[in-house]
Amino acid sequence: MAELQFREAIKAAIDEEMAKDEKVLIMGEEVAEYNGAYKTTEGLLDKYGYKRVIDTPISELGFAGIGVGAAMNGLRPIVEFMTFNFAVLAADQIINHASKVKYMTGGQIDCPIVFRGPNASAGQLGATHSVAYDSMYAHFPGLKVIYTSEPGDAKGLLKSAIRDDNPVLFMESEQMYGLKGEVSDEEDYIIPIGKGKIKREGEHVTLVAHGKMYHLAVQAAKELAKDGVECEIIDPRTVKPLDLPLIIESIKKTNRCVILDEAHPFGGLAAEVGFLIQREAFDYLDAPVQRVTLPDVCAPFAKNLFDLWYPSVKQVVDAVNQVTYRN
Amino acid sequence: MAKKKSGNVEFAPRGIGDEKSGAVQKGVDLPAATKSKHKDLGLSAAKLKAMYEQMYLQRRFEERAMQQYQKGKFGGFLHLYIGQEAISTGTTFALNDDDDIITAYRDHGWGLCRGISANEGMAELFGKATGCSRGKGGSMHFAKAENHFWGGYGIVGGHIPIGGGLAFANKYEQNGRISTCFFGDGAVDQGALHETFNIAQLWKLPAIFVVENNGYSMGTAARRHTVADIVDRADGYGMKSAVINGMDVFSVYEKMKEIADDVRKNSEPWFVEIRTYRYRGHSMSDPQKYRTKEELEEYQKNDPIERLKTYILENDIAKEAALEKIEEKVEQEVLDAVEFADNSDFPKDEELYEDMFVEDDPYFHT
Repeated sequence: MAELQFREAIKAAIDEEMAKDEKVLIMGEEVAEYNGAYKTTEGLLDKYGYKRVIDTPISELGFAGIGVGAAMNGLRPIVEFMTFNFAVLAADQIINHASKVKYMTGGQIDCPIVFRGPNASAGQLGATHSVAYDSMYAHFPGLKVIYTSEPGDAKGLLKSAIRDDNPVLFMESEQMYGLKGEVSDEEDYIIPIGKGKIKREGEHVTLVAHGKMYHLAVQAAKELAKDGVECEIIDPRTVKPLDLPLIIESIKKTNRCVILDEAHPFGGLAAEVGFLIQREAFDYLDAPVQRVTLPDVCAPFAKNLFDLWYPSVKQVVDAVNQVTYRN
Repeated sequence: MAKKKSGNVEFAPRGIGDEKSGAVQKGVDLPAATKSKHKDLGLSAAKLKAMYEQMYLQRRFEERAMQQYQKGKFGGFLHLYIGQEAISTGTTFALNDDDDIITAYRDHGWGLCRGISANEGMAELFGKATGCSRGKGGSMHFAKAENHFWGGYGIVGGHIPIGGGLAFANKYEQNGRISTCFFGDGAVDQGALHETFNIAQLWKLPAIFVVENNGYSMGTAARRHTVADIVDRADGYGMKSAVINGMDVFSVYEKMKEIADDVRKNSEPWFVEIRTYRYRGHSMSDPQKYRTKEELEEYQKNDPIERLKTYILENDIAKEAALEKIEEKVEQEVLDAVEFADNSDFPKDEELYEDMFVEDDPYFHT
């Protein structure tokens, strides 16, 4: 086991896949000569050259579409967005083209592309730099959406994403790039897309948390353990396909659930998992499912307002207290 | 002194009222056709007859499709290529068979040029499983990937960056292929064009971007939706450009061949404006109030199929009887296609779930 920063795990995945397959390339803003806005592609230009590591102009719609065309015509591009906030401009290429081209042509055309980059809030960056897009893209058929929380998961799943012959969105976080974690040094370490993981066992409540929320869940679980409330933490790792069986199995054990999501309440992962749990495990629930999300308000700048806005350990503890009727 | 408010604030240039003036509005100004004869262009008699057959096939296919639509055989959108056949035909004869072609939703003519049979095309319109896209796409999403015809796209301008991407892959692989990307005059106003042109010129992508300017973006004349001459946009990118008379298949063939050779050699993109005219509305529901009967009749004098026919007869390439034989063959082919489509089955229920993903047993959220 090696200890790597999240960004190093990302780079290792890209590096290994580029070494393995000539057709893999990466394009995006500042990925080449700047060595990556967040250094996730540091050194790749030196290693692979200007053909395969490409600096794009600030043209998200343009270079996302060029990636789609290149994927259709035999290559395996990785398209980096400096953040998925900027990629809203590219949404037409992701939603109307990459996800649909195979179906609309009766199967004739594949689109083995990976769109990757930071997602969701990353501190006081203002409203337009702070939106979580994983649930939005998960809504559309034909897309796989991954948002990992730890370097080991990131490496294994990014490799899978690059090898997947379908369009995959791989989401990261500016605030996790420096996070260190254990990464398997197994040669060619792959985690299958769609497999979640129980990262903490507990008998009293199931916490479902992905991305940065996993770390919030860990903190909340520590707090609650002081009072003898043991949380089971499930990190789905992949948003779509969702590992629902893993979650349901846990609900059958704990009978209570709190979902954490750093997205707005309407129609996000928290809403989806909540619905699914009541459909699949209604009789196992001893309390309604609760969730901790952002409010239905865009991100403020002022520190005090931001701290109110962003999910907190206290909110998670309160929600657990609610479902365990401890309040 | 307070500024007096102007009485009449307007934004988009007006169009309604033009038709009452009596003058023939010109949707597009066709440049002069080439003076080259077929021998100058290296086209044999056989090639000319093949061109004629291809154009006539597109014309009769579209006319039959219109008839079948009006009979209620299928629904959805139907955007006919009638009048623009010289562009698809001239281009595909000029390109190599493995050069890449991508276009927007007025795509039936393109499909027929690139290996989609009349049977497969009609079946796709009817939504049958024997259609070129297995009934999953319909009129707007014809495709024949094995013949490097990438489709058929419904978002105006959405496929333009993809056309750049096809060229990117060809340059990456150094395979000697070029990509051609066709769109209408309406699409030039989409930001996707700007972004693609900038990248294509900067990265020297071997692509030809072609606007089939038929003078109207749905119901809006070009002068009402776009400033200046469309082709002049190329200058802003330092991109090579040309204007072609799209009602003359020789003009299209000659110039597209020249441009394709240049792109293949130099790997630099071109922006080509091919001026043409569509004889039907934007789609089936278009009442065509935005142009006059006189204008339509004026452009029908430029019918590209009639033009080629006249050339063939006047230059003794073939006799009238030979052309009639071709026409009869095509008529039958298209009639057979309707019968084929009528007799084909719709896709099986399970096919609803097929072709979303590459894997055999994909995940569907429920």
